[in-house]
Amino acid sequence: MSKRSIIPILYILFLLLPIYWLVAMSFKTTNEILSGFSLFPQTVTLDNYRVIFTDPSWYWGYINSIIYVSLNTVISVTVALPAAYAFSRYSFLGDKTLFFWLLTNRMAPAAVFALPFFQLYSSVGLFDTHLAVALAHCLFNIPLAVWILEGFMGGIPKELDETAYVDGYSFPRFFVTIFIPTIKAGVGVAAFFCFMFSWVELLLAKTLTAVAAKPIAATMTKTASSAGYELGLLAAAGTLTIIPGAIVIYFVRNYIAKGFALGRV
Amino acid sequence: MKTENQKAWFFVLPVLLLVAFNALIPIMTVVNYSVQETFGNNLFFWQGLDWFEQILRSERFHAALGRQFLFTFLILIIEVPLGVIIALSMPKKGIWVPVCLVTMALPMLIPWNVVGAMWNIFTLPEIGLLGYFLNNVLGITYDMTQNPVAAWATIIIMDVWHWTSLVVLLSYAGLVSIPDAYYQAAKIDGASPWKVFRYIQLPKMKTVLTIAILLRFMDSFNIYTEPFVLTGGGPGNSTTLLSIDLVKIALGQFDLGPAAAMSLIYFAITLLVSWLFYTLMTKDDP
Repeated sequence: MSKRSIIPILYILFLLLPIYWLVAMSFKTTNEILSGFSLFPQTVTLDNYRVIFTDPSWYWGYINSIIYVSLNTVISVTVALPAAYAFSRYSFLGDKTLFFWLLTNRMAPAAVFALPFFQLYSSVGLFDTHLAVALAHCLFNIPLAVWILEGFMGGIPKELDETAYVDGYSFPRFFVTIFIPTIKAGVGVAAFFCFMFSWVELLLAKTLTAVAAKPIAATMTKTASSAGYELGLLAAAGTLTIIPGAIVIYFVRNYIAKGFALGRV
Repeated sequence: MKTENQKAWFFVLPVLLLVAFNALIPIMTVVNYSVQETFGNNLFFWQGLDWFEQILRSERFHAALGRQFLFTFLILIIEVPLGVIIALSMPKKGIWVPVCLVTMALPMLIPWNVVGAMWNIFTLPEIGLLGYFLNNVLGITYDMTQNPVAAWATIIIMDVWHWTSLVVLLSYAGLVSIPDAYYQAAKIDGASPWKVFRYIQLPKMKTVLTIAILLRFMDSFNIYTEPFVLTGGGPGNSTTLLSIDLVKIALGQFDLGPAAAMSLIYFAITLLVSWLFYTLMTKDDP
């Protein structure tokens, strides 16, 4: 332990305090929460969690969110892979313009797009489906995935491609069996970021769904307003939204550090 | 050297189609609204550029834009140096690296409205940890539903809590890519820590910092959900940032024309500033 490790320790404490408060509150009874301040739950209760796990309108929120987030991650990474390859290996008419245009889509405020998105997805009959949210999130996730993957691919020497062709590999076979495994750290990082931005986004997800594909975050806002202000329930639901992200980051933890270093990112 | 190959377009085509579907059609809808007036019933009247003129002259827009720039400026000036300092003091190897990375990434993986709700619970004056501590232990009167300064401080601290880790992770990635030989050479030359930072670490972090600053600019300029859940734009209009104001006009008052014109002006400003950042920060690159 050196003297300067005090900085990360203080920072992590600062990060964990609000999270601790949320988790602590999820184990308190509504009475305890409203009756005053207590640092630890006086009577630990699992009632808040029991409500969520037994009420379909709650737990389906989680299932819906996980479905469209996974769908979005798969779509984004799959279409971004060949595109990133094209940007990193070839020059073609309008390549730079296209790359910048892709990035500009991250700059459009979601609030701007909410209403037109609703009209667009209603008119093609996808309103209130998981696919609608997954496709809409492609707007900001595909550009990011292309950007990250292009960085990683740029770090792989072109000789790899050429050797494979000399050895008689066809392009698809080379791409799937050699190239993708070589940049798997990059795929991991790209998938992580797609998962993250799709999981945390609410405005578009809420606009594009009503009942059948309603995300958990929207269930939370609805319940919070209809059932009064049930802080304990809200805290429990919030705590549960942290878990999928924590699991995903645990799996990619080594890729994040190594992965970024490998790529030009 | 990249090979010239026009067939590469086929590789890009799926991306192009998907993004164009999501980007071009909605933006054309917005353009369409921005030049028309509607009274409902699907009746539209040509309005020309009136809405644009009205928005650009309105004091309400100027005020929201000013608050937006202030917010983005404050969070950039806090998060970027803080993120770099934390990245510099993190361990380079060992079991603490994954622990640090996982806990630091945690806030970024929480849905945005949960972030807002969480900070709301955290800062409630009588029953929140921070609110209770400030009011009852330190004796500072703190109530962000009454005091605009408290509301501003809270949304800034919330954003620092939420996003500093992005700067940390990216800077850290740049740092670990520096070979040990560089540090040894610096040691032999007797370079001071400041010189090591200025001539070895900072240049290596430049690319990742460009990305971090750009991402932080774009995302903070478009921020909506977290401050909306936390303060609802109040007290009064004191924390009504651009997106919050836009949604108030579009969905609250259902003034689609002015809202659309405002969206386009908003988008144009974001594009312009991002482009300026990008050109300034990459102008020394070969």
